[in-house]
Amino acid sequence: MTKATFTRRGLLRTGAATGAGLAMPTIFTGASWAQGQGFTNAPTGDTVTLGFNVPQTGPYADEGADELRAFELAVEHLNGEGDGGMLQTFSEKNLDGTGIMGKRVAFVTGDTQTKSDAARASARSMIEKDGAIMISGGSSSGVAVAVQGLCQEAGVIFMSGLTHSNDTTGKDKKANGFRHFFNAYQSGAAMGPVLESLYGTDRRAYHLTADYTWGWTTQESMQAVTEDLGWETVNNVLTPLAATDFSSYIAPVLNSGADVLFLNHYGGNMVNSLTNAVQFGLKEAQANGKQFEIVVPLYSELMARGAGRNIAGIPGSQNWDWKLENELGSRYVGTNAFTQSFGTKYGFPPSQAAHTCYVQTLLYADAVQRAGSFNPCAVAEALEDFEFDGMGNGPTLYRGADHQCFKDVVVTRGKENPENEFDLVEIIEATPTEQVTYEPDHPMFAGGALGECNPGA
Amino acid sequence: MDAILLQILNGLDKGSAYALIALGLTLIFGTLGVVNFAHGALFMIGAFCAVTLQRILTLSQTTIDETRTDFLGNPMQVDTPYVVLWFGESTGAAIVDWAVPLAILFAIPVMLIVGVVMERGLIQHFYKRPHADQILVTFGLAIVLQEIIKAFYGANPIPTPAPQAFRGSFDFGVLVGFDPNTIIYPYWRLVYFAFAAIIIAAVFAFLRYTTFGMVVRAGMADRETVGLLGINIDRRFTAMFGIAAAVAGLAGVMYAPINAPNYHMGMDFLVLSFVVVVVGGMGSLAGAVLAGFLLGILESFASMTAVIDLIPGINQIIIYLVAIIVLLARPRGLMGRRGVMEE
Repeated sequence: MTKATFTRRGLLRTGAATGAGLAMPTIFTGASWAQGQGFTNAPTGDTVTLGFNVPQTGPYADEGADELRAFELAVEHLNGEGDGGMLQTFSEKNLDGTGIMGKRVAFVTGDTQTKSDAARASARSMIEKDGAIMISGGSSSGVAVAVQGLCQEAGVIFMSGLTHSNDTTGKDKKANGFRHFFNAYQSGAAMGPVLESLYGTDRRAYHLTADYTWGWTTQESMQAVTEDLGWETVNNVLTPLAATDFSSYIAPVLNSGADVLFLNHYGGNMVNSLTNAVQFGLKEAQANGKQFEIVVPLYSELMARGAGRNIAGIPGSQNWDWKLENELGSRYVGTNAFTQSFGTKYGFPPSQAAHTCYVQTLLYADAVQRAGSFNPCAVAEALEDFEFDGMGNGPTLYRGADHQCFKDVVVTRGKENPENEFDLVEIIEATPTEQVTYEPDHPMFAGGALGECNPGA
Repeated sequence: MDAILLQILNGLDKGSAYALIALGLTLIFGTLGVVNFAHGALFMIGAFCAVTLQRILTLSQTTIDETRTDFLGNPMQVDTPYVVLWFGESTGAAIVDWAVPLAILFAIPVMLIVGVVMERGLIQHFYKRPHADQILVTFGLAIVLQEIIKAFYGANPIPTPAPQAFRGSFDFGVLVGFDPNTIIYPYWRLVYFAFAAIIIAAVFAFLRYTTFGMVVRAGMADRETVGLLGINIDRRFTAMFGIAAAVAGLAGVMYAPINAPNYHMGMDFLVLSFVVVVVGGMGSLAGAVLAGFLLGILESFASMTAVIDLIPGINQIIIYLVAIIVLLARPRGLMGRRGVMEE
C-alpha cells in the first residue's frame, strides 16, 4: 500500500504550472516558434513560405479559385518566371525576380470554406505545420476578421483578400493586418454623387440587407450617403444569410412607397435577390411617378455572370476592373500588364478578387525587401503610410493609422448589350481618392484599436 | 388584405417545390422504407438538366472576326450556336429560348436512370439496415453528387432564364379588384405552380387508376402479402424510386428560372422537405402535399416586415415551430397513419 504525499505548497505549484500551460494558446507552443530568431516562422533555408487561405469549397469556391490563380501568378513573377506582370509597372523597383530577399518563394494553400472556424483552422495549420510567414486571401469579411485576429495572436502578417466590411479596418482592425480592398464606406462615398446624377435628390430607398457584418456596414454606409443627398429611407429588412428565395422579401417592396431598392447582398444571395427582384417586375415598375431603380453597392464580375441579363443597367462599385487602363488612361497603369499576364495564362480576364490578392502578395514582398527583414513588425512598419503606384488603381496610400488602402473607387453599371461573356460591366467613373478618404476616427470605424504589432516573440 | 394575398401567392410556388420534393420522399419511404437524404440532390440534378440542355443547345461553331479584338487584343472569336446555323436565326434562337421547358423531355429519362441506378447500385443494400445507416449513406451520396456537379459546373449560380414569353410579371391585384401595383406576380411562378399541380395530380392518378399503381399501393400497405401473390413487388418499387427521382428532377428543372441553379441548392431544400414529410405524416402522400403548401405559405407570412417587427427572427424558425406544434398535437403528423415508423 502506498501513501500519497500531497502538500499545500506542491499542489499550488503544480496547479499554477498546469494553469499557465493551459492558458497559453497552443500556437505559441508549437514547432512554429522560431528559436532565437525573435519572430514566428523566421525563414532559415533558401525558401520562404507564404500561406494562401481561400475558399476552395462552398459557395465562394469560384472566387477562391480566381484568388488562387492570382497568387500562383504572383509567386511566379516573384521567382522570376513568366512575363513579370505588375513588377514592370510597380513604382517600387526592389523586386527583381529573385524571390524575396534572395529566398525562393514557396506557398501552401488552405480552404476557408467561407466559415470563420474553418478559415482559422486552416490558417493555423499553415502557420504551425507549414511555417507560413504571411497569410493572405479570403472572400468574406467574417472570415477576414477571424483570420486577422488569429494572425495577430500568432505573430504573422495578414494581407487580406476580398473583404469589404468597414469593421475589417474599423472596430476589428489589428496591427498585423492590412487591407488593400476598398470598404463599404468608400462604396457609399463613391456612389453618392453618381446616384444623385442618375436618380436625383428626391428618392425613397428600401434596403434588403444580408444579416452579418458586411451587410450591416454596407447598409449603414449607403443609408448615410443617400440621406445626405436628401433621400428618405423607407425600410431596412435583414435577410438570413442562408436565404435562397427572396420573393417574400421582394414582393412587398413595390407597395412600400419606395422607388429605389438597395440589395446589400453578395455572392449567391445577390444573384438570387436580384433575379427575384427582376422577376417581380421591379426594373420595369413605376413608383412615386418615377422609374423604379435597383442598386447593388458591391459588384463582382463573377456575381454579374451569375445574374446574367438581370444585371443590365444596375449601378454598383468595384475595387478595380480589368478595363480601367484602356478606358480611363495611364493613371491606372499596371491594369493591362496584369490582365495580359493573367489572361495569357488562364484564358480569361482577372476578377477584382484576383487583382487584390496579386497586389497584396507583391506589396508584402516589397515591404520585406524594403525593411530588409521578414520580421512582421519591420514589414508592418514598411507598409504603414507607404505610397505607391503602378498597381492598377492609380496612386495609392497604405494608411498607417488603420492599415486601409486609399485609392480611387470604380463605379460601374451592368452593361446593357454585352459583346461577350467577359464584357459584363461598364465603368461609369473612377471616383478620386480624396472623395473616398475619411478620418481614422470616423464613427463608422470607431470602437477598435490597432494595438501593438506582434512579432510572435 | 392585399399583403396577405400576396404572401399566399408567394407561398404557393415555394410550397410547390416543397410539395414535389416531399411527395418523392414519401413515395420512396412508403414503398421501400428508406429515408432518402439524397432526394434534395435529385432536385438539384434536375435543375442542372436544364443547365445542361441549355449548354447543349448553345454548342457553337467558333469563327474568327478579324475586325474585332478580345480582351487581350487578339482577333475575337465569335460563337454561333449550331441550332442557329441549322435552323436559321429565328427558329434557332427560339429553340435556345425554350431550353427550360424542353429540358423536361430531357430530364425525364435522365432522372429515371439516375433513380434506378441509385436504387439498384447503392440503396438496395441498405433496406434491412437501421434508418440511421440509410440516412448516413444517402447523405454521403448527396454530398458526392453535389461535389460532382460542382466539379463540372463550378460553384457559382448559373443563369437559366425562362422563355421570353414567360419572363416578367403581371398585375394580379387588378384582376381581383385591388389598386394597380398592389399585387405583382411573376408569370413563371404561376407556371411553376400549375406545373406542380399537374405533376401531383398525375402521380395520384397513376397510383389510383393504373394496375401498376394499384399493386404499388397494395405493396405499400402489405408488402408480404402482395409478394405471396406472385407479384415481383421489388421491381415495381425500384420503378417507383425512379418515378420519385423524376418528380424531384422535374421540380428542379422548372425551378431553374426562379433561382439560378447552384450545386448546393438541393441541401437548401432537403431539410425543409423532411420537415414537410414529418408534419404531413410519414408515408402519407396527401399529407406531404398538404404540408408542403401549408409550410410554404407560413414561411412567406413569417417573412413579412410587420411579422418580423413583432417577433424578430420568426422567419428563420417558423417551419420548425409549426412542426413542433403539429407533432405535439398530432404525433403522427397531419395525415400520418398508425404503425408507420413505429416499433
